[in-house]
Amino acid sequence: MNTTLVKAISASPAPGPPFGPGAAKQTHTVAKLIDTTTCIGCKACEVACQEWNDQPFLIGAFEGTYQTLTDLTPSFWNLIKFNEAEQEGHLLWLMAKYQCMHCVDPGCLKACPAPGAIVQYTNGIVDFNAENCIGCGYCMTGCPFDVPKLHPRTKKVQKCTLCSDRVSVGLEPACIKACPTNCLSFGTREDLLAKAEARVEALKDEGRSESGIYNPPGVGGTHVVYVLAHADHPENYGLPRDPAIPWTVALWKGPLKWLGNLVLLGGILGTFFHYVRYGPRRYKDETG
Amino acid sequence: MELSRRGFLRAASSGAALTTAFGFDARPALAQARELKISRTTQTHSICPYCAVSCSVIIHTLGDKARNVTPTVVHVEGDPDSPINRGTLCSKGLSLKQFVVNDQRLTRPLYRAPGASDWKPISWEEALDRMARLIKTTRNAGFEEKDGQGRLVNRLTNMAIIGGCTDTNEINYLLGKFRFALGVLAYENQARL
Repeated sequence: MNTTLVKAISASPAPGPPFGPGAAKQTHTVAKLIDTTTCIGCKACEVACQEWNDQPFLIGAFEGTYQTLTDLTPSFWNLIKFNEAEQEGHLLWLMAKYQCMHCVDPGCLKACPAPGAIVQYTNGIVDFNAENCIGCGYCMTGCPFDVPKLHPRTKKVQKCTLCSDRVSVGLEPACIKACPTNCLSFGTREDLLAKAEARVEALKDEGRSESGIYNPPGVGGTHVVYVLAHADHPENYGLPRDPAIPWTVALWKGPLKWLGNLVLLGGILGTFFHYVRYGPRRYKDETG
Repeated sequence: MELSRRGFLRAASSGAALTTAFGFDARPALAQARELKISRTTQTHSICPYCAVSCSVIIHTLGDKARNVTPTVVHVEGDPDSPINRGTLCSKGLSLKQFVVNDQRLTRPLYRAPGASDWKPISWEEALDRMARLIKTTRNAGFEEKDGQGRLVNRLTNMAIIGGCTDTNEINYLLGKFRFALGVLAYENQARL
């Protein structure tokens, strides 16, 4: 049986230290590294994703771009964005793979009200469980990267699973395996962050001084890490500059939730004590 | 205290029910990741037919080759042991499943007569006979044994051979032989993307 230990479950208390069969096994946190400087936009990762997940191959409308589709869809979880930007009068054509970032502190999981619909495994994968999804779409509000998409017919939200099925048996994700230019790599998060740093150093030695790692701290870091040649302008790659869980979600799932619970409890207690103190309401003609 | 087997089982199951009721549900902790769709498939090693790079692929088919199973391709991915592609594949190679499992795939010869607007299925016999006849007629009409200055050339210039992108080494070897036998000079291959 493929079991993956759980770190967090939506709308449920923290599961605490792992228990049950397999609890003693060592788990690594896994990550994807996307070196955008070597992406050639071949879209092999897109096809690998569709093929592995048995998703339909869609024919979209032409929107004046080389992109397969303009955005992710419920049945298209991995998109190469062909970004165009201008810098000092030069055109930059920046290709970047775009999919779920598998945040260390996932906004989708925080926003989700359905127990068990979103699960974060100890290896860092944030997975959606369609069985428990109620289709409310709150995760779409909670995600600072605008990744989860609601399927209009099944009313389930779907996104990249980081191939949790493959990773749980020791395989790499389908997109990583496909990449012909070694732009994508997979391994433990520590190893890949070290690899990213080495790559950034190499790029700086080549004179690309704006190179850097995209591993945004606003969401606690991500399990999908980028090497950008223009790290000073991540928005040129279609990546938000300082992604964070929206304050509305944080407020509503934090203080407001407790305040709401207090109000509810206060109401019940107030009713109870009022009844004890004053008894049932009596009208004058009843008493008289 | 003596505990019979039945009593033990009863106590154990009621204990499990209690822990579940009080929030110690083991289910989410053992949340099963998606089932691996290739865990028990038959793996066949092959070569991607699309371009001249010849990446190695592993074709995963349904079933374990048992007699009563009709296998179908469920997944294709790169062969990590290949020194050529080391597991990687391009977008075309990754869609190989569609190459095999496809209701638009041609499985018999079709013939469109000159001037006709639609295709009609014909037998392999008929198709090969017609191709052989046309090749022979054309070759008879255009074969040059000697050139203008009387030198021996044995060439055929009114016909060309184009190899397909899905041809294997063996097919290309035979195609080369065939070309020399006919004397065809114009020879091209579409073995590229």
